[in-house]
Amino acid sequence: MDLDALGRCVSTASCLVTQTTSGLIAGLLLFLVAAGLTLIFGVLKVVNFAHGTFYMLGGYIAFTTLQVTESYTLAVLAGGAAMAVFGIFFERALIARVYGQDVLMQLLVCYAVVLIFDDLVKMVWGADFLAMGMPPAFQVPPLFIAGGIVPPFYAVLIGIALVIAIALAASLSGTRAGKTVLAAAQNPTMVSALGVNTDRLFAVVFAIGAALAGLGGALAAPVRSLTPGMGFSVLIDSFIVTVIGGMGSIAGALLASVGVGLIRGFGTIGFPTFTDGLIYVAMIIVLLLRPTGLFGREVV
Amino acid sequence: MSLKVENLTKRFGGLAAISDVTLDFPTGSLTAVIGPNGAGKSTFFNLISGAIRPDSGRVLLDGEDVTAHSRGDIVRRGIGRAFQVASIFPTMTVAENLMVAVAAHRGQWAGLGRRFPPPGARVRAMEVADLVGLAHVADTLSAHLSHGDQKLLDIALALALEPKVLLLDEPTAGMGPEERWQMIERVQRLWERQNLTLVFIEHDMDIVFRVAQTIRVLCYGRVLAEGDAAAIRSNQAVIDAYLGTEEHAA
Repeated sequence: MDLDALGRCVSTASCLVTQTTSGLIAGLLLFLVAAGLTLIFGVLKVVNFAHGTFYMLGGYIAFTTLQVTESYTLAVLAGGAAMAVFGIFFERALIARVYGQDVLMQLLVCYAVVLIFDDLVKMVWGADFLAMGMPPAFQVPPLFIAGGIVPPFYAVLIGIALVIAIALAASLSGTRAGKTVLAAAQNPTMVSALGVNTDRLFAVVFAIGAALAGLGGALAAPVRSLTPGMGFSVLIDSFIVTVIGGMGSIAGALLASVGVGLIRGFGTIGFPTFTDGLIYVAMIIVLLLRPTGLFGREVV
Repeated sequence: MSLKVENLTKRFGGLAAISDVTLDFPTGSLTAVIGPNGAGKSTFFNLISGAIRPDSGRVLLDGEDVTAHSRGDIVRRGIGRAFQVASIFPTMTVAENLMVAVAAHRGQWAGLGRRFPPPGARVRAMEVADLVGLAHVADTLSAHLSHGDQKLLDIALALALEPKVLLLDEPTAGMGPEERWQMIERVQRLWERQNLTLVFIEHDMDIVFRVAQTIRVLCYGRVLAEGDAAAIRSNQAVIDAYLGTEEHAA
């Protein structure tokens, strides 16, 4: 524990800016993954243990798309789109068979997919770390804001992630499909009693959730290294985020993701050996005060 | 629209929840379904509305077989239902709840690029709110409504689908005596004005005897008796199996 260092950091603008930036970027990328997870749970009541796999595949597909097309934009879009398609297939072919079944059955199906795709990634891309690298346009000296270091690419990533977050929130509350999804998250029985084709709705929701994870992986690829099994730690973080934010709540996921990111950012300075532990402490405190999470509601 | 079930049977495990039930609900009738707990009343509704499939038997709407049809199709053909526990969308306002139902009914529930609410949905939602007397709380969050108003909203959601046959599963459940009568009077007015074929499950015998044209008694999944209030009151099998024990319990 190094509270002196933390105190010094918080009281200097430069350190504050640097750590906040890195916290925000980690948090917002995490949000994309966790939002998909919480959306899928909220509507389908399935805990998608394979969600980290979508994140990993999104990153690898972006990597290869970049090599082929040399376009970062295409790489990111390909990562998201490929996972949307994969998500529909995964939901229809596998998850649809375990709806309403024991959670262990769901876990088993998802975990099988995790292991299979970890190995497939090893076969296709190899077991070593891969670095995608930042787009050339952003390989420039960092910006200095109040003395703090902010690489321009980080600022762009934060911007993109924020735009996706806002677009997601706006389309949930402002579009027909979004409103139906919100309704289904609260009361799936009633939505099907209203005559909505819930099979189709579930497939679409799963596709959106998977695409968000794929986008997260693709966006994160330039700033993190790619490795088989990289989905696992993201999955754990996403679970923490959904628990803190409240299962099924997008707003909760945003708040919790940014919170987790910032705790990481500042935790590495004040508690370098206990950063991950801090996140669990935060989770425990939230659960003690609000057992359903920040924005969670009692399950009826 | 007339509703008819023929030889309807549903087993859960070895237990017959509904056993060889044949009943006729003529167009525009007002029927109460009564029976002790576990008599199979809610299962009966679930079978008619397509929520679960019968093991055998048929459900006929105006003579047309809808037994194997999907829930959505049955709703579109005109069977609406409200639930025993108010089934609503708590984080939405009353108007939003109804607009979701209106959009679903018009097949306008999909579309990521299409704005919610669809054009005209609000006007229709307000008409429906007015039918059940919820217009004055249209912009209230439905979670904040009283228990009775939540039940009304559940009924309104069913009405938004323009049903010809309406199934109400205990519309007065969990209400105080005065509230019960208000509720049932509203239901009765709806039935008159909307020209519905209405079937309701009810435990309060005063309400049943005073309101229903016909009463059907279910017991252990079978039809024990049917008839008007006088016939049911004097039916010895009903008194033995149901009314008698009820009065002892009370």
